[in-house]
Amino acid sequence: MAKTLAEKVWDAHVVRKGDGEGANAQPDLLFIDLHLVHEVTSPQAFEGLRLAGRPLRRPDLTIATEDHNTPTLDIDKPIADLTSRTQIQTLRNNCQEFGVRLHSLGDAEQGIVHVVGPQLGLTQPGMTVVCGDSHTSTHGAFGALAMGIGTSEVEHVMATQTLSLKPFKTMAINVEGTLRPGVSAKDIILAVIAKIGTGGGQGYVLEYRGSAIRALSMEARMTICNMSIEAGARAGLVAPDQTTYDYMFGRPHAPQGAEWAAAVEYWNTLRSEDDATFDVEVDLDADTLEPFVTWGTNPGQGVSLSAKVPSPEDFGDENAKAAAERALQYMGLEAGTPMKDIRVDTVFLGSCTNSRMEDLRAAADIIRGRTKDPNIRMLVVPGSARVRLEAEAEGLDKVFKDFGAEWRFAGCSMCLGMNPDQLEPGERCASTSNRNFEGRQGKGGRTHLVSPVVAAATAVRGTLSSPSDLDPAPESAALSTDAA
Amino acid sequence: MEKFTTHTGVGVPLRQSNVDTDQIIPAVYLKRITRTGFEDALFAAWRKDPAFILNQEPFNAGSVLVAGPDFGTGSSREHAVWALKDYGFKTVLSSRFADIFRGNSGKQGLLAAELAQDDIELIWKELENAPGTAVTVDLVSKTVRCSNIVAPFEIDDYTRWRLLEGLDDIGLTLQHEEDITAFEATRPSFKPKTLPAKLS
Repeated sequence: MAKTLAEKVWDAHVVRKGDGEGANAQPDLLFIDLHLVHEVTSPQAFEGLRLAGRPLRRPDLTIATEDHNTPTLDIDKPIADLTSRTQIQTLRNNCQEFGVRLHSLGDAEQGIVHVVGPQLGLTQPGMTVVCGDSHTSTHGAFGALAMGIGTSEVEHVMATQTLSLKPFKTMAINVEGTLRPGVSAKDIILAVIAKIGTGGGQGYVLEYRGSAIRALSMEARMTICNMSIEAGARAGLVAPDQTTYDYMFGRPHAPQGAEWAAAVEYWNTLRSEDDATFDVEVDLDADTLEPFVTWGTNPGQGVSLSAKVPSPEDFGDENAKAAAERALQYMGLEAGTPMKDIRVDTVFLGSCTNSRMEDLRAAADIIRGRTKDPNIRMLVVPGSARVRLEAEAEGLDKVFKDFGAEWRFAGCSMCLGMNPDQLEPGERCASTSNRNFEGRQGKGGRTHLVSPVVAAATAVRGTLSSPSDLDPAPESAALSTDAA
Repeated sequence: MEKFTTHTGVGVPLRQSNVDTDQIIPAVYLKRITRTGFEDALFAAWRKDPAFILNQEPFNAGSVLVAGPDFGTGSSREHAVWALKDYGFKTVLSSRFADIFRGNSGKQGLLAAELAQDDIELIWKELENAPGTAVTVDLVSKTVRCSNIVAPFEIDDYTRWRLLEGLDDIGLTLQHEEDITAFEATRPSFKPKTLPAKLS
């Protein structure tokens, strides 16, 4: 039978076929090509190995970085929060004991695990990638099968370099057309999630296809795959193409010389066959897509930025109605309010969804020559120390600082508020991150998920805004057409 | 892992959909490096509200959580399962679970039983009308009983078998170590390794 991309990658990693039917039928055992590790979901896994006297099987396929818990200010000083400091120190001790490569705070390759892997060229097409973090789906942008796992599975991969995985179903997300200026990858994925719901992808691997996806850069594809988990999907991926190869070429761990040619030959086979069938297909029209924004407390509760806050009565399903009522109350919003009238307090530009060079460039292009709304606090947190360095080399730090934004060190930061970067109760944030759950960015904090350009325009006007709402900048700052 | 065959305990109706893992355990509690001691962290934000179900007797002594659809969405944190277990929950019933949460539950001996939403609604009503009503979750027959309600539930065969037997996953996989070694020998040389480290 003609295979989809995801099925091809799966089949290429089967160490042992499952036992088939029966009460104790074992699922397929898959080999894992790359295991990414960070401080939060690994300590109990390392401890498990230690207690069982098991070695970590493949340190050469494992890499660790510090991201979730790290401060984005004063990184040269000891971490003030003692539990955070202990957790980071535990990772350092564990990596040393088990021989795992670690990029620590202060290292030029430190950063959010899903920014670091691709940047080093460690994420490649056709690989299986796992990490104790749900946003591992990011790496699917390269045509890899990349999944978030829990700590027990982290320990399992450490001990065996494999995982037993239940079979998945396949869903094609076809995005045809051309995005209008000011509309970006983030809007595509927010629209997809609003369409299929937070559980719509459950049990599926999503493959993003179509002319609008092919036209996207690698960083934009990463933004889309990153949020596959927000639709409940096991993973999300995009078939590799010349855009993928151009991004990878010359990166530290990319194949070189004859190896590069062999790799490309293999990567060219990594596409869904024309006659392969997906279990489900979903279509999205890129031509008519507008900037998208969430109004509620799960990523499926989103609308076009030009729309109004919906009413619970708009939802037929009783559970959705109740969820909408609760969300409006938590968010402090009235049904019928134009989204663009919503005033925000904080703008967060960062997270594994939108903290790469293109994201920073796109936001900088909007704010350059413009003035920040005086009541807005804006945090810019590059995804990795390398991104921060590159941005500084381009002078982006100066653009942000001149605008009045805070230019921070790399990490997950306010996406989940494990470090001091948190919202106050009731504080409203336009955030380029991936989750608008209650309390996600700080207890009582209210999150609206947006793209980098919407975040930037919002910082200028003080209310949720699209770049097209802005007056022309004094020194014509043209909108970047490849905005991520 | 402890074996799970059947469990009977006080049912807790949590009438809410999309209970994400940030609600089950907020991120501030993830800084700990232990695998136990998370009972205080379970639903930490919601438990500050006196009206929250777990702040009411007899639900505070519950061990069967009956939740709305899409339970356990969001973050992969296994801490969500540890917190539910540490509090005293043995099983969660819902009409749909997030994949990673369900996987984590299976690894830790917390039974994630998938019921039809109609049956969840019936059980909710029963538990609300008669607080303290016991719910029996029988993994052998894959049925839930609550007063005169008898409802079937779904769980994949492999997870069920492992729960019934209380088996350690890593031990099971390492029985096939020869297969892993054989596979490793076929891995193409162009595929990357993290060591030795190459830097930009």
